[in-house]
Amino acid sequence: MTIHATECLLRMHDQHHELEDYQSGVPRWCTGCGDNAILAAVQRLCRDEDLRPEKTMFVSGIGCSSRFPHYMKTYGFHGIHGRALPVAEGIKMARPDLNVFVNTGDGDCCSIGAAHWIHAIRYNMNMTVMLHDNQIYGLTKKQASPTSPRGTKSNTTPGGSYLEAMQPLTVTLGVQNVSFVAQAVDWIPEVLYDIISKAFKHKGFSFVRIIQRCPEWLPNTFEPWMQDPLRTLLLTHENGLTLSPNLSKVYKTQERHDPMNINRAREIASLQDPIPVGILYNNPNVPCYEDIHNIGQQRSTRYIKAGLEAEFDKFTIWPQAADGKIQPGA
Amino acid sequence: MTEAAVKTRPPADKPAPAVPRGKTAKNLSGHIVEIVSDSGEGAQRCGQALGAIAARMGNGVWTVEIIPAEIRPPARSVAGGSGNRIRLGSGPVTNGGNETDLVIAFNEQVLLGRVRTGELKPGCTILLESMWRESRDNRIAASYVETHDQLVVAGYKVIEAPMERECRTIVADAKRGKNMFALGMLCSIYSFDLQLGRDQIARTFGKKDASVIESNVKLLNAGFDWAESNLEFKYRIPATRSTEPQMVIDGNTALALGVLASGMEICAMYPITPATSVSHYLSAAFEKVGGIVHQAEDEIAACTFAIGASYAGKCAVTVTSGPGYSLKQEGIGLAVMGEIPLVIINVQRGGPSTGQPTKVEQGDLMTSIFGSHGDAPKVVLAPGTIEDCFYSVITARKIAETFNMVVVVLSDASLATSQTPFTRPQFSEAWLAPPIDQSEVGEGQKPYDWNPVTGLARRFIPGQPGGMHTLTGLAHDELSHVAYDPDTNERSLRARSHKLAALQKTLTPPPVFGDPKGDLLVIGWGSTKGAIEEAVTNLREQGHKVSSLHLTFLQPMAPGIKEIMQRFKKVITIEGNWSDDPNDEIIDESNRRYSAVAMLLRSRYLIDVDCWSEVRGQPIKPNSIERVLLEKLKKK
Ligand SMILES: Cc1ncc(C[n+]2csc(CCOP(=O)(O)OP(=O)(O)O)c2C)c(N)n1
Ligand code: SF4
Ligand SMILES: [Mg+2]
Repeated sequence: MTIHATECLLRMHDQHHELEDYQSGVPRWCTGCGDNAILAAVQRLCRDEDLRPEKTMFVSGIGCSSRFPHYMKTYGFHGIHGRALPVAEGIKMARPDLNVFVNTGDGDCCSIGAAHWIHAIRYNMNMTVMLHDNQIYGLTKKQASPTSPRGTKSNTTPGGSYLEAMQPLTVTLGVQNVSFVAQAVDWIPEVLYDIISKAFKHKGFSFVRIIQRCPEWLPNTFEPWMQDPLRTLLLTHENGLTLSPNLSKVYKTQERHDPMNINRAREIASLQDPIPVGILYNNPNVPCYEDIHNIGQQRSTRYIKAGLEAEFDKFTIWPQAADGKIQPGA
Repeated sequence: MTEAAVKTRPPADKPAPAVPRGKTAKNLSGHIVEIVSDSGEGAQRCGQALGAIAARMGNGVWTVEIIPAEIRPPARSVAGGSGNRIRLGSGPVTNGGNETDLVIAFNEQVLLGRVRTGELKPGCTILLESMWRESRDNRIAASYVETHDQLVVAGYKVIEAPMERECRTIVADAKRGKNMFALGMLCSIYSFDLQLGRDQIARTFGKKDASVIESNVKLLNAGFDWAESNLEFKYRIPATRSTEPQMVIDGNTALALGVLASGMEICAMYPITPATSVSHYLSAAFEKVGGIVHQAEDEIAACTFAIGASYAGKCAVTVTSGPGYSLKQEGIGLAVMGEIPLVIINVQRGGPSTGQPTKVEQGDLMTSIFGSHGDAPKVVLAPGTIEDCFYSVITARKIAETFNMVVVVLSDASLATSQTPFTRPQFSEAWLAPPIDQSEVGEGQKPYDWNPVTGLARRFIPGQPGGMHTLTGLAHDELSHVAYDPDTNERSLRARSHKLAALQKTLTPPPVFGDPKGDLLVIGWGSTKGAIEEAVTNLREQGHKVSSLHLTFLQPMAPGIKEIMQRFKKVITIEGNWSDDPNDEIIDESNRRYSAVAMLLRSRYLIDVDCWSEVRGQPIKPNSIERVLLEKLKKK
């Protein structure tokens, strides 16, 4: 039997979900891979928000990180390298009723998919985008990525990478229509969770860059930051993150930053040491593409027919009536 | 007609001179007329209006736009001619026909452009704007005189028409309005009802104020009167008005209406000639009917956006032409692998690379069938007429959703901009798809439950409880789990391939045009249909045993084609894509490249199918085809 989408909404039964309702399979990431922490945070979020698994979508490209949807017991779309965002946009346009998440790697988003990334920010469609930035191409076995710090030794840059790293936060904050930008690190799970949660609740294109460890190809890269909590700059604000007393004690480098302040956000975005963590920018007033350009009202057969006949009329030559007069509408 | 147009229709109290003054109209069964000008002088509008009037008279008509490659080419340039070519007939007209019989040219340079491309019939009548003879610029005057005299020597019947001078008695700037003067001349020449001309002006300028309509009607009348008094000839092409309502649109509009009629409501695209006007039309229509045109950042995004929408339950269409089609290839493979329904319209243009953006070619068939890496079976169909353009999109969506496949609709630059009347479609609810299925998926059901025979599987759409799975472009099993084992890989490849076979079983053999057997069978596809059938008709009238077969489905091919071919002594395809000429010095049977359908037929049916192709950027003319077929008949 076919049930209409709207009807289905009405039939929402209150169903409560547990963590395992969102868990699917055993992740095949390396031990210590930061992707595991991101998965745990997202599964927790789904449970806490009680997202209906059948109404929730994870869209990804290709890469280690893009395996993400396979480990969620929701609908998933593991597409092609670099194109997660346009796929997600199509889904959201067709089905604004779905919760759409995107998981993308630094190669996926910032290199092969860079054009889509820029334009996705402009479209500002309501979705939560996690950039799993391990500063390396993981799946293809250690090639430099656009976000690799200069000097990164990789299989394509054995003497160290040549170019300065691209800064995903400054790029994102430089695009017109940007509405939500945050940064998290995989090794502070509590904050990671809070940030993804805020991102999810923001209506618009929520971009979270997650600095993600890749122990396989870049072991110990972030060790200095993990060892010294003072090298993490926590951004706090009543409209952004509020820290638990415990965290506040550990991470003493803090800044009260208003997420509406884009100029300061851009300055913070370019900091690399300390690593800023928190919500850099959150503007709830940017219109979403799907709200200003959409399919419109539910289209019944009668409605489509009427529209089509009106279009036909524009081009129709009516047969001549017996009295030689052209019929009305001719 | 718009309400405004009805209101502003000029009173009929000033009837046109119905009887030609001292001239009798010569009856013709058909004629081809062209009007060319610098771009911006309105020749296209004049041509379209003439086509519309002819259609209202009940004549068969086929209009072809003459498009310069640049938006604003320099004035008076050989390559800059813009206008329209209208083929008129007593009965239905199915193609642009052969060379032109009569031309109205606003200057001698754009006329030269037409002469040089070989579009004019030897000795044809030319009505040439005469103002250039008196140009104060000596070079222009000299060039005019030189060209004029050359054309006369070459045997053309050149008549100098003082269009500018006559128009100036009515309007200050003849540049705006000369086209309506020309329209009046043509109404006189072809004995068209001048009232239809006036109505057409009201329709065209309906949104402007009454004075605009009034001055254009004056120009129309003046042109008519000038032709009545100054031209020695007059024609009449007997017409029979259709008893059914007719629509006059071009192929791209037909495709766009097909999208509306199919119930699709998302079109993702990136602008590209000659496909763009499909999305222009849709953008406006969707605002009224509901639906969106998404102008993506590039064709890769357009394709994957459409894939996302289709996957989520709203079958989407993406519209493009050659270069854009190439960019979509990886996305196409994803849709094939994920078994996501998707309609792709490719309005072919000249290739490879940027090629000839405004010119016709049928060069994308092979890439449509075999494009994207690996084995990526998809459906390819090609409309043969403007009417087909409309219905093919509806069919494409149905197939896409029934078989969860990519369906490519191959139109081309010729269908895109040509116009001809066809019977107004009768709306059918069956055109539309049912609403998105959101029912619960039962325990144990699998997202790719491939039928062992047909390969078909049900598809779960986000929102369906119990159907959660992750679609992947990686090799996968019935559960959509990534699977690299040899058996699963072969099983899934077989399933995706067998869907084509399953579709093929539902097709019926295409009808043979002409006798079911004979000496020569001509096979074609796409926009060449009308020209091929016209050539075949002419040859049959001369007693030759020639028939033709038009293929709408290129992948899969309908059953029965081999049997049809076997009933003929020789088989040849006529196509607008490259094939080597066997007479070229370096070419022999071991290295000759055949055109696309010939290659497909040869490999599939092991029949010695010959081919002839023309890739000149122009629609193939019926008389070229006749010549080729006569030669083929003669050969042993
Ligand atoms: C069109 C295309 N080019 C190249 C590849 C190979 N490839 C797969 S993943 C990848 C890079 C992955 O890096 P990233 O996006 O950072 O993801 P990670 O594995 O680090 O999570 C590449 C180059 C591909 N799958 N498709
Ligand atoms: S290679 Fe790196 S990114 Fe990939 S799974 Fe292993 S640790 Fe994670
Ligand atoms: Mg990476």
